[in-house]
Amino acid sequence: MLLKVSRLRKAFPGVQAIEDGSLELRTGEIHALVGENGAGKSTLIKILTGVHAPDEGTVVVDGKTRRYASPIEAHHDGIVAIYQEFTLIPTLSIAANLFLGRERTRLGALQFGHEFDRANRVLARLGLALHPDTRVSSLSVSEQQLIEIARALLVDARILIMDEPTAALTPREVVKLFGILRELSAQGIGILFISHRLNEVLEIADRITVMRDGVTVCTQSAAGMSRRALIELMVGRSLDDEFPKRGSEPGPVRLEVKALSGGKVREVGFSARAGEIIGFAGLMGAGRTEMARLVFGADGKESGEVILDGRPLRVAGPQDAIQSGICLLTEDRKGQGLVLCASAKDNFAISSLRHWSRFGLLNLSKESARFEEHRRALAIKLVSPRQRAESLSGGNQQKLLVARWLEVDSQVIIFDEPTRGIDVGAKFEMYLLIRRLAAQGKVIILISSELPEILGMSDRILVMKAGRISGEITNVSSATQEQIMAMAV
Amino acid sequence: MKSIRRDTLFTRLLSDYGMLPVLVLLCILFSLLTITKQTSTGSAGAKLLFEQISKETPSDGSILIVTGVSEPEKEFAGSLHRLLERAGYRFGELVGDPMQLRAQIAEEVSGSPIKLVATTDVTRAMVENFRDIPAIANAKILTPPRRNWPTFLLADNLRNVANQITVIAIIAIGMTMVIITAGIDLSVGSLIALSAVVVAWVAGALGGTDVSTLGILIAALAALAVCGLIGAFSGLMITAFKIPPFIATLAMMQVAAGVAYIISKGKPIYQLPDRFVWLGRGTEPLLNMPIAVILMALFYLVAWIVMERSVLGRYIYAVGGNSEAARLAGIRVKRVLLFVYASCGLLAGFGGIIMASQLKSGAPTYGITYELYVIAAVVVGGTSLSGGEGKIIGTLIGAFVIGIIQNGMNLTNIETYTQKVVLGLVILAAVLFDRLKQKGLTRRLRSSRLH
Repeated sequence: MLLKVSRLRKAFPGVQAIEDGSLELRTGEIHALVGENGAGKSTLIKILTGVHAPDEGTVVVDGKTRRYASPIEAHHDGIVAIYQEFTLIPTLSIAANLFLGRERTRLGALQFGHEFDRANRVLARLGLALHPDTRVSSLSVSEQQLIEIARALLVDARILIMDEPTAALTPREVVKLFGILRELSAQGIGILFISHRLNEVLEIADRITVMRDGVTVCTQSAAGMSRRALIELMVGRSLDDEFPKRGSEPGPVRLEVKALSGGKVREVGFSARAGEIIGFAGLMGAGRTEMARLVFGADGKESGEVILDGRPLRVAGPQDAIQSGICLLTEDRKGQGLVLCASAKDNFAISSLRHWSRFGLLNLSKESARFEEHRRALAIKLVSPRQRAESLSGGNQQKLLVARWLEVDSQVIIFDEPTRGIDVGAKFEMYLLIRRLAAQGKVIILISSELPEILGMSDRILVMKAGRISGEITNVSSATQEQIMAMAV
Repeated sequence: MKSIRRDTLFTRLLSDYGMLPVLVLLCILFSLLTITKQTSTGSAGAKLLFEQISKETPSDGSILIVTGVSEPEKEFAGSLHRLLERAGYRFGELVGDPMQLRAQIAEEVSGSPIKLVATTDVTRAMVENFRDIPAIANAKILTPPRRNWPTFLLADNLRNVANQITVIAIIAIGMTMVIITAGIDLSVGSLIALSAVVVAWVAGALGGTDVSTLGILIAALAALAVCGLIGAFSGLMITAFKIPPFIATLAMMQVAAGVAYIISKGKPIYQLPDRFVWLGRGTEPLLNMPIAVILMALFYLVAWIVMERSVLGRYIYAVGGNSEAARLAGIRVKRVLLFVYASCGLLAGFGGIIMASQLKSGAPTYGITYELYVIAAVVVGGTSLSGGEGKIIGTLIGAFVIGIIQNGMNLTNIETYTQKVVLGLVILAAVLFDRLKQKGLTRRLRSSRLH
């Protein structure tokens, strides 16, 4: 037994983050830790790595009871965590990053030769054909992640903790990462793996520990566990269905996109009917988001045409698209969707201020009334309309953005990764909402990297590859993930 | 979620205008530090003195009012005249300079001797010197009673504070908008100089001291146009070519300062008509408020409406909070930024005209380091330099905090160098306060998310 955590408790002012946390990690094991947002996973990790001290409970590493007062102490025991936000310094070289803070010097001068040797050795161990002198900023996300792992190997990490390591990787990079993780585990390193992507969890993990509301629910062998059973353990109730039932047959054609090109997008053309949900599948970087941004006018197109209800649109920027009834819910809610420091109401109102203003002056009571109407219709949970957008949960943030676009009366709604970072429970609500919008005759474009989501929600699936549409699946109910992947790679 | 408090008017006021209590405390502090025996003149003084007279003197005694020719003294004499008349006293009134007074007293009061001379503190010593005139040799000399009152709170001093901060406060409106969009405008100090020089130069070209009112108006419009255009140019550089605001406005700061020197040939331009000082030194007759202060109040009213109640204001906040999200929400971000920088330049131009009017000349040395005072006022007023947050009234409070600290230190005889140290520390404290407030907020947020 490499690590044993039992009866852990940790409270923050006003919140019991962990009620009863326990976890066991064996030597050479890949262990997944899953749970909804706020289940206590992050707090547990932070206790293991010495960021927080537990209120109660024990942490036993190698048979010795430990109580870390700082991350450095955990580091000394070989516990290394790799977070979603990397800690590399992009302007420095690989070697400089690998030895940052542990530089070997002689008479104050860096010993490059020594560093390069060791760097080369560890890079080779991870199958990275990179020169240690390469600037980190020129590396891809997955390469940077491997550099983080290399850094952990250099300090002889024995417990490697990875927080959502696959969130930013393409499927091919995920496969490669998993290969490396298996190799490391074969060398006796214990790997603790946190992920929301349950399919991947089931694929890579030897055992899975589920946390819910600050309590460790169970630890089970991954073999023989189903995705559905895992979700039920996470949300603590049985699920009827992961996706709501399909609606009625789509109506007449409303949206036509013809030979759209721009950036990496090449000659994309498709049409969509009233009430239709079109799923866009493809690998990361296949150009789905870029296509959506072209339709929305967020980026300039080189050529092509967008026709809505028989009318060709002139779209020079997002304001024109919005005016014509096209809207985009971006994949990056916090970076591109919301003004986080502004209130929920202001975020809702920003695109339709003209609806309740005269001579540029706002009618605030009318604004509040409109907001309240949408808030009730979409069941957005708020303390007050003045609450800052950043304090809302992912699901409520997404609903807030939907409310914004409903107020401007959008007819084409493009959802780019609508359930990313949203709790399993809230996901179903989001799916219901998307179906409801489709039932109103709107055109829904659904971009998602979660294949089950694409298969469960779409009326028709378009697959993109290298900026072009590489395949179409019309009979969705009998389609499989493999079929989509075959078109995507 | 539970830990996020429900807003009450009070907590909202405190979180929006955190510096308000500081301002109140400063006022109380300087009031206490500057309490002294105040002499009073004007109608207030007349009233006090009348109360004393009516208590002590029977109405048959003859009274003589003697004052100098300054405004408050004339007012004193006029008020007392009316009060005594209404009460049925027999009295005479003499207003004039010392030589006149001596002659008048000797002449006027040749008949019955005067029992009482009512005068002000300023003229009292002079009246004492007239004792050799027999008519008032035995008269009692009365002045309005002195009272304890803070010099800081005298109407004149408060007016003075308001007058001194108008230039900074008006420009700070533009700066607040710029900083809310996560930008900065370093050129406002130089624009003050440029505007002052342009207005004086154009007025000079149109007739100098003989320029018509229309000419003054044209000169002012020219100055405003130049400054507005320079602001718009900065905005253009920032939006079209993605030059960081710090750099773009730093460059314009140099350019504007240079042009001001070129136009004025490095010397102040003095040829301005007396009417020109109306804006900077004039007062309106009703409340005796300086015109510039009234103008400032109007500007703030308009700015408040724009920022709190208009579409444009919302756009400005949104662009500052997250410009990409704002763009994707359909806001024409570049137009908003262009407007903001152009208005900031325009307001700096206004500041320059007011300063030229106050000093009755235009010189290229005006406004040096004013950009720093303006930024300080905005920051002390609670606007975040990272954009998206800030209140226009907060900036007004910030400007008053800075003005009152300077004024209070002047009144308490703290020397200039020490004033600089104090002012610097106050700015630091204000930003620190803001940081701590924000840290508290994020901590509350985090704990509520974990839940």
